[in-house]
Amino acid sequence: MADIRNTFVGIKSPNPFWLASAPPTDKAYNVERAFKAGWGGVVWKTLGEEGPPVVNVNGPRYGAIWGADRRLLGFNNIELITDRDLYLNLREIKQVKMNWPDRAVVVSLMVPCEEESWKAILPLVEETGADGIELNLGCPHGMSERGMGSAVGQVPEYIEMLSRWCKQYTRMPVIIKLTPNITDIRHAARAAKRGGADAVSLINTINSITSVNLDTFSPEPTIDGKGSHGGYCGPAVKPIALHMVADIARDPETQGLPISGIGGITTWRDAAEFLALGAGNVQVCTAAMTYGFKVVQEMIEGLKDWMDRKGHATLDDVVGRATPNVTDWRYLNLNYVAKAHIDQDACIKCGRCHIACEDTSHQAITSMVDGVRHFEVMEEECVGCNLCVNVCPVENCITMQPLAAGTLDKRTGEPVSPVYANWTQHPNNPMAKVAAE
Amino acid sequence: MAEGQFKQGVAGGRLAPQQYAENFSDLHPPLDPHEALVEADRCYFCYDAPCMHACPTSIDIPMFIRQIATGNALGSAKTIFDQNILGGMCARVCPTETLCEEACVREAAEGKPVQIGRLQRYATDVAMEQNKQFYDRAEPTGRKIAVVGAGPAGLACAHRLARYGHEVTVLEAKPKSGGLNEYGIAAYKTTDDFAQAEVDYVTAIGGIAIENDKALGRDFSLSELTAKYDAVFLGLGLGGINALRAEGEDAEGVENAVEFIAELRQASDLSSLPIGRRVVVIGGGMTAIDAAVQSKLLGAEEVTICYRRGQEDMNASDFEQDLAAANGVNIRHWLQPKRVVADGGKVTGIELEYTIMKGGKLVGTGETLSLAADQVFKAIGQLFEPAALNGSGASIAMEGGRIIVDTEGRTSMAKVWAGGDCIRGGEDLTVTSVAQGRDAAESIHRTLTSNGRA
Repeated sequence: MADIRNTFVGIKSPNPFWLASAPPTDKAYNVERAFKAGWGGVVWKTLGEEGPPVVNVNGPRYGAIWGADRRLLGFNNIELITDRDLYLNLREIKQVKMNWPDRAVVVSLMVPCEEESWKAILPLVEETGADGIELNLGCPHGMSERGMGSAVGQVPEYIEMLSRWCKQYTRMPVIIKLTPNITDIRHAARAAKRGGADAVSLINTINSITSVNLDTFSPEPTIDGKGSHGGYCGPAVKPIALHMVADIARDPETQGLPISGIGGITTWRDAAEFLALGAGNVQVCTAAMTYGFKVVQEMIEGLKDWMDRKGHATLDDVVGRATPNVTDWRYLNLNYVAKAHIDQDACIKCGRCHIACEDTSHQAITSMVDGVRHFEVMEEECVGCNLCVNVCPVENCITMQPLAAGTLDKRTGEPVSPVYANWTQHPNNPMAKVAAE
Repeated sequence: MAEGQFKQGVAGGRLAPQQYAENFSDLHPPLDPHEALVEADRCYFCYDAPCMHACPTSIDIPMFIRQIATGNALGSAKTIFDQNILGGMCARVCPTETLCEEACVREAAEGKPVQIGRLQRYATDVAMEQNKQFYDRAEPTGRKIAVVGAGPAGLACAHRLARYGHEVTVLEAKPKSGGLNEYGIAAYKTTDDFAQAEVDYVTAIGGIAIENDKALGRDFSLSELTAKYDAVFLGLGLGGINALRAEGEDAEGVENAVEFIAELRQASDLSSLPIGRRVVVIGGGMTAIDAAVQSKLLGAEEVTICYRRGQEDMNASDFEQDLAAANGVNIRHWLQPKRVVADGGKVTGIELEYTIMKGGKLVGTGETLSLAADQVFKAIGQLFEPAALNGSGASIAMEGGRIIVDTEGRTSMAKVWAGGDCIRGGEDLTVTSVAQGRDAAESIHRTLTSNGRA
């Protein structure tokens, strides 16, 4: 049986599934329930500095978008950091950690961008026995208007500065939670590393308006007729998060910097993908908020079952395995040729592949053959774009099949070359010509 | 004396009073908004959707379902009515399992088609409950058209003609309009007087005057119509009943299934409607099922359908056969009626002969079976009664006992179109009649406007 025990920046947990800093980790009651359900760790919902706590709106905090059958695809929130007293949180953190010594308890922090503020709070957290801290430099709403959260995370110099202060004033591991509301995530990760941070976690939520109420013309979620942007998360953001994780994992400047992967993780499969792209563990929020804490059991068993099927003994056998396969477009093999193939036995004849290809792509799929409704790929037209695969409602009905070297590509009339050749070498690339001269 | 269900002979009041309402409630209760959304989400919005091709009226099904899914039920209803103004009734009575839902790709994918019929009902109910009218009449053309028969074909024809600005007079032999929607079809398929509500909805467009109790051949002749109107549409339906051709079929208790169904549909108090303790229905189509199931629902103890061919030959759909079985109707195959057994002129049973296919022909085996029966319903098909047409001008070309029309619904007689069950090649379905009535209206409109006068 695969061993999925996890060690992340020295913090041990029985599995790589942590609950992200968010409403599910706001108080002992929830965290106790999460640990009972099997979660490997939590990042306690962000604590602010001592004094009167922040206040939240008293109307809707969440918005969402849905797919078929109202399956929640994307979710957003305008909730702020914890609105409970700092010392109440600290007492609960200490108690929970005592109750659950084998679980990871990391504390998320957000205080003003001043050295004294950080210097003041760090010993208080350290005293709880918590395993580490995560700096919330990503929250994009509310707190950012007060110069915290993503307002800090959008400035690499601040990231570096805060990382340095925290490493200076605590022995605890320091994780920097990054905002995706930037143009290039690598600059933020590099700054964290320069500042001495032990790890980065990403992504935090994305600036968003989930919808507009067409009766009142107000954005959702709506507070008394008005709305402000919220932080977007859930399954819809996973591709964005995967890309950012991979970008940091393969950046030579941040190579080896541990990454805690966050963003739309809903199943074991999502988690495995983050691990494969270089995340050392994962954090989950929306899936728990949608289905409850029990989902972790599917994630744990699913991950183990997959590792067993594939012969991966430990997480080390998985983490980063896909990272080397992420490359730049210019290095993709232009001599690789694949064609769509429709399994006629699996085809239910909905025709979506045809109309997608016919209206919007390459006119490479029939709709009628010999007067009969029949969908088949015309290889002489197929560029292998994968659109038909993506719109087909039946999994594995349409597959992309690579042509072996030497076989004729009916579209070009040329045999498939066995030689790897990319854009940097292509005759149409002006840069390639310059290099050849 | 045995009481209730076990009363001998043909008697009413077999059930407790409240049981009737329960037995004859909606067969498919309407979807609520949540159910409709869940079901609509299942539609794949297929290209050139097979369901559309399977629909005789070619409703744009993927579009109306998408409109439901996006919260636009009224828009959805318009998509339906654009093709089929009787979309509300068709949603209730269409054998969807052999039409759109059989063609649904989800049927191929998982054996569970999108419930197109129930979604269609959902959308049309929303529009009809609000009496939302989608169509304005065109400028009056001054043209007058007579439609004979206020059944599905006639109503569809009249509505389309009215849209084009023509003045339509509908002549209906029966006291109520709606045709088989009103007088045929099992009661549990169209509850709450829906047929009349639909007639009102269709005629609300204006320009349609319905005259009831006006029968062709009795109250007016075809030649009078052709002289008085610019065009005539015949949507006459089938007035006759095939004979059993079994000895003793004039005994008391041998009845036409269609008349039984009509009587039931018009009954104000179902408990007063007499039904046999033991009922035998002869036939294998929808009418046989409607008669048999309703006999059972009226409290008959034993109901048997006898069909002279095999299960696969039955015109009743699998769904209808299952419905009958679920209601306790016994369906027996390969049996043809031979002799009605009577005592004192009243039916006491029926003698049937087993049949077999021999050399491509159905023949009796000589072996017989006797079933006790207080009532025997004939449901072996209806026929067109051409008598009304004759002697009223030039006769109309017929074939196989029904009127011949071309692809546009034109008969052999000038100015006369026809559609619905009375024409050759009809499928005896409400939805087909609607399509024929609608298409004939288009043809009439084209004809009347091509000479430049309108």
